[in-house]
Amino acid sequence: MALVSGAGGPGIGKRTYAFLRSIPTWALWLLVVLWTIPTLGLLVNSFRTRDAQRSSGWWHSPFENYAENLTLANYTDILTAGAQGGLWRALLNSLAIALPATVIPIAFAAFAAYAFAWIDFKGREWLFIATVSLLAIPAQMSLIPLLQLYSGGGHLTLPFIEKTLTLFPDLDLTGRAISVWLTHTGFALPFAIFLLHNYISGLPKDIFESAFIDGADHFKIFWRLVVPLSVPVLAAFAIFQFLWTYNDYLIAVTMLGGAGHNFPATARIAALAGEFGQAEHLLTAGAFLSTLLPIIVFFALQRFFVTGILAGSVKG
Amino acid sequence: MAGIAFDAVGKVYGGETRAIADVSLDIGDGEFVVLVGPSGCGKSTLLRMVAGLEEITEGDIMIGDRVVNDVAPKDRDIAMVFQNYALYPHMTVRDNMAFGLKLRRTPKKEIAARVEEAARILEITDFLNRKPKALSGGQRQRVAMGRAIVREPAAFLMDEPLSNLDAKLRVQMRSELGLLHTRLGTTTLYVTHDQVEAMTMGDRVAVLKAVADASESNLQQIAAPRELYDRPVNLFVAGFIGSPAMNFVYASVDAAGDPASVRFGPHSLAAAPDSLPEGVADRSGQEIVLGVRPEAFEIRSAAGAGGSSMNVDIDLVEQLGSEAYVHFKVPVPPVVTADIEALLADEGSDTKSLGNETRFTARVNPDHAPKAGRPAELVVDTAKLHFFDKETGDAI
Repeated sequence: MALVSGAGGPGIGKRTYAFLRSIPTWALWLLVVLWTIPTLGLLVNSFRTRDAQRSSGWWHSPFENYAENLTLANYTDILTAGAQGGLWRALLNSLAIALPATVIPIAFAAFAAYAFAWIDFKGREWLFIATVSLLAIPAQMSLIPLLQLYSGGGHLTLPFIEKTLTLFPDLDLTGRAISVWLTHTGFALPFAIFLLHNYISGLPKDIFESAFIDGADHFKIFWRLVVPLSVPVLAAFAIFQFLWTYNDYLIAVTMLGGAGHNFPATARIAALAGEFGQAEHLLTAGAFLSTLLPIIVFFALQRFFVTGILAGSVKG
Repeated sequence: MAGIAFDAVGKVYGGETRAIADVSLDIGDGEFVVLVGPSGCGKSTLLRMVAGLEEITEGDIMIGDRVVNDVAPKDRDIAMVFQNYALYPHMTVRDNMAFGLKLRRTPKKEIAARVEEAARILEITDFLNRKPKALSGGQRQRVAMGRAIVREPAAFLMDEPLSNLDAKLRVQMRSELGLLHTRLGTTTLYVTHDQVEAMTMGDRVAVLKAVADASESNLQQIAAPRELYDRPVNLFVAGFIGSPAMNFVYASVDAAGDPASVRFGPHSLAAAPDSLPEGVADRSGQEIVLGVRPEAFEIRSAAGAGGSSMNVDIDLVEQLGSEAYVHFKVPVPPVVTADIEALLADEGSDTKSLGNETRFTARVNPDHAPKAGRPAELVVDTAKLHFFDKETGDAI
């Protein structure tokens, strides 16, 4: 599609376009196969014994005495073994982190994006620019200050009068899931607001005006019109945010500290190799199991990518 | 139901750009009034000010006997039909129509009854469970109408509701809207740039023009269609209403004799003195602007004997079957005033396109249409001449 619509456009020259057109479909399939090979190797290896993994490459597997080399033991091991209840527990932790960390920012961002797009208030543009420019703040740099804020609160001692103001109470959130939710939410909001704002501000103005005259207030317009019409972009952002929070390692490990029992799958899998000493052969099975959930989420949400959701509303 | 009144209404954007100045008009209860004018004349802005979608910066707008300047759109008891239909794409036709009633907590039974009734009137009962994308343009427009009807508002506001339909459907919907108004009798304010729509639909038509500052008013004339056609108050209204447009030429009147003579270029028309408007005699000998509608001409052979005539060389003949347009030139410089410039600008043109001669269009009997390049004798109905001041453009 992108190639076709780029034809003759300013971005892509005629020659480039002709060249791209001349690439046959099988070349694309070749790329797909090449890209898939490492994953395939991972999958095959996850069914091979430790010895088989260490002694030969995964591509030997189909040709050698697989009755001996192939096994489900890797999977049963990671699901059951370990002091922290195996990977099941970690996968549940991952969900407990990723689901709220996806839902909370979407809820806030949708409201904010609607307000930025359709409610006229003073300083709207500057506030929007300020919000979006928060994208520039790197998460890595703010982790330790955030951690301190969560554990010790924020206090400001005024000079001369020696009075202390509490800007953020000592809630002692470290080690709890909520600290991870808050952090993910904070870092997701600028992008979420930016993305949703782009979409929501592009909805036809006439239907909002029509709804106003029909008697709707902002809240009703938001729920009855904006949310149903924004399903594609909400789903798109939900996938992004779910994958990002589900696959996150850094924020989870920092905020949850040493308490291994509430680590998500990413942290557990990383710990597997070390915890079992010589058990890095389990990594393949762990990686595969943890990939399963995002794939399910992706396909479940994919059906919401509806094109033409606005068809029939206004004539452009 | 209720009337709508504008009292010296004005609109200034951001404290500097003026869109509307000094518009005062009264729309009676149940009346169908059309706001018409070229693009940028403020007609949509006026409508949106009534709807509450634009702030009123000067004057008052009243719906019924209530000043609505600070009333929220939903509390103004009006329904609006948008040019783009503005249907809710994710709802069925039924839900689209019921939306406003549901928000007003109308009992479910009544909602169902009103939706059914409106659907029956508009003949969209079969589509009630469809979504807008499964409808044609005309059907969507009916749904948009239905959404307004079910509300049973004090007034309908329509913003060029037919302009997105193709020509044939537009003509059909035009007469349907007319019938609907006769049937419902709801006060209607209708905005269009199409003078045919304006003339055919309006009980009264208000002609609007863009303004530069507060010294003038957007409202040029408000009158019944026939009045507007027969007695335009200035060059702008005269040039805007009527198709093909009225011909204008610099002329002088000699009112001393009987018959009086109207001279322009090499031509002189004899007119009975009492057929000329009052005031023209006072301008005897002065240069004024003469306006002649294309319909005031006829070919000699079709008109029969008598009447005042002029001999011209035909440049072009447009044969339409039901009528024929004959184009010719009069060797005097074209009329240029602010009104003429405004009308040309609306056509995306300017005074340069006029050339240095005055072009005339005559509408004649198609059976007697002359051939291009030949001379022809045109009879002029001198009772239908219009005279305007050449400086102000006001009718004399």
